[in-house]
Amino acid sequence: MTKLLEARELCAFYGATQVLFGLSLAIEEGGITTLLGANGAGKTTTLRSLSGMCRTQGAIRFDDKPINGRATEDIVRLGIAHVPQGRGTFSRQTVEENLQIGAMTRSGRAAIAADVDRVYGYFPRLKERRVQQAGTLSGGEQQMLAVGRAMMLRPRLMLLDEPSFGLAPLVVEELFGILRTLNRTEKVSMLLVEQNAALALDLADHAYLIETGRVVTDGPARQLRDDENIRRSYLGY
Amino acid sequence: MELLLHQILAGLATGGIYACMALAVVMIYQAIDHLNFAQGEMAMFSTFIAWQLIQWGVPYWLAFGATIVISFAAGIVIERVVLKPIHDAPILSHVVAFIALLAILNSAAGFIWDYTIKNFPSPFGAGPLMEGGLLSKHDGGMIFVTLLMLVLLYLFFRHTRIGLAMRAAAANPESARLAGIRVGWMNALGWGMAAAVGSVAGMLIAPVVFLEPNMMISILLYGFAGAVVGGLTSPGGAVLGGFMVGVMENLAGTYIPVVGREMKLSIALFIIIAVLCVKPSGLFGRPVVTRV
Repeated sequence: MTKLLEARELCAFYGATQVLFGLSLAIEEGGITTLLGANGAGKTTTLRSLSGMCRTQGAIRFDDKPINGRATEDIVRLGIAHVPQGRGTFSRQTVEENLQIGAMTRSGRAAIAADVDRVYGYFPRLKERRVQQAGTLSGGEQQMLAVGRAMMLRPRLMLLDEPSFGLAPLVVEELFGILRTLNRTEKVSMLLVEQNAALALDLADHAYLIETGRVVTDGPARQLRDDENIRRSYLGY
Repeated sequence: MELLLHQILAGLATGGIYACMALAVVMIYQAIDHLNFAQGEMAMFSTFIAWQLIQWGVPYWLAFGATIVISFAAGIVIERVVLKPIHDAPILSHVVAFIALLAILNSAAGFIWDYTIKNFPSPFGAGPLMEGGLLSKHDGGMIFVTLLMLVLLYLFFRHTRIGLAMRAAAANPESARLAGIRVGWMNALGWGMAAAVGSVAGMLIAPVVFLEPNMMISILLYGFAGAVVGGLTSPGGAVLGGFMVGVMENLAGTYIPVVGREMKLSIALFIIIAVLCVKPSGLFGRPVVTRV
């Protein structure tokens, strides 16, 4: 397997505050990698650094080309879709308009229309609500819309920031099932940030455990899940 | 009864002026999510450019088109030079920049073209629209052009991809960036379009109120009022709001005896406040619904 994205010695800052301290990670093409850690460990910041949304030092390579220091809009155009924490839906726009916004970097009306239908195929409930303002959807539906919008980009890599946050267990199960399908059938690589470690380790192939902006350990998801010490000291279950 | 009809028609004539301006106000509000206080002065400055071109012997419609293009470009330049650098600044810094623009454009126009009142030609002629009617040909033309602009803007924002991209960039810049939309350029485009719509408004208003650097100050206020009462999220509502302000001020001046000419606008604005107390997002504004 080849590395789709690689970050080396990544440092990130909000103003004068440093949040990441030389974090290195790699994402395999076609796989699901998860980033675990406690609150404030720097999970969200790692994702934001990868999409150029905060000031960074160190090297980030996507598809073997350096992308650090580039504008978010340009990084997105390379095929990295970021589903932010809190979903980032356009609440005043309709469900369908949200999906159209996701395809804004692409051309070809027919292909885009086909992809809207494809998203509705994965999320039939969005189809029922296509003319509704996105702000009126339930939390689960909004999360599905956020993932659907990211799919409209036809991304090679999807960055998912706590997709399970605030959702009912049944909804989470449905959503994660769809993520797995997307990974398998659409060949979308994923980097998943999660508070719910058990859930993330079930879905992912590879896992990184981070603490205060550094990688503590990494390995195959199965191995981390079965490691009694790691589980007890870092994952808390 | 005939008096009432006459007053309503006269109100529609002045309302057309406010509707024009209200449309320009909503236009920029849709694109950048702010009210731009300098909008009236931008429109006034554009109108002076048109006047200058006409003075140099350029035919009216050529000057009209050239002014729209120049204003569009100038709007983009203003956004890139003045507003882009303060993009992350708090809203009050933007307000100060808008007020500075207002003062600068006002004095610059006075410096270049001086403060004497100038005639501005109407492309529609000056006679009455119908026999014995209170609407002049120019009033009719102005109302027609305003409605035409409204239809074009509606089609642009609702049915083009770039219109949707502009709405997305205004509603949620960070998410828009994550969808690959170049938010900075969308803002600039919004400014350009608002300046262009404003220039059309200015050129239509100038034949009625005459051209001078202070011509827009009160009109912008009533344009704002019209936009707010109609709903800042609804271009159609804003145009209707503009007409309503015009009609209400006329009816109040005629039918409420103590009001008279001096107080009639206060009455109109009072009615607007009353409307907003009942419908805070304006008559046709969409309230933003969020579920958490």
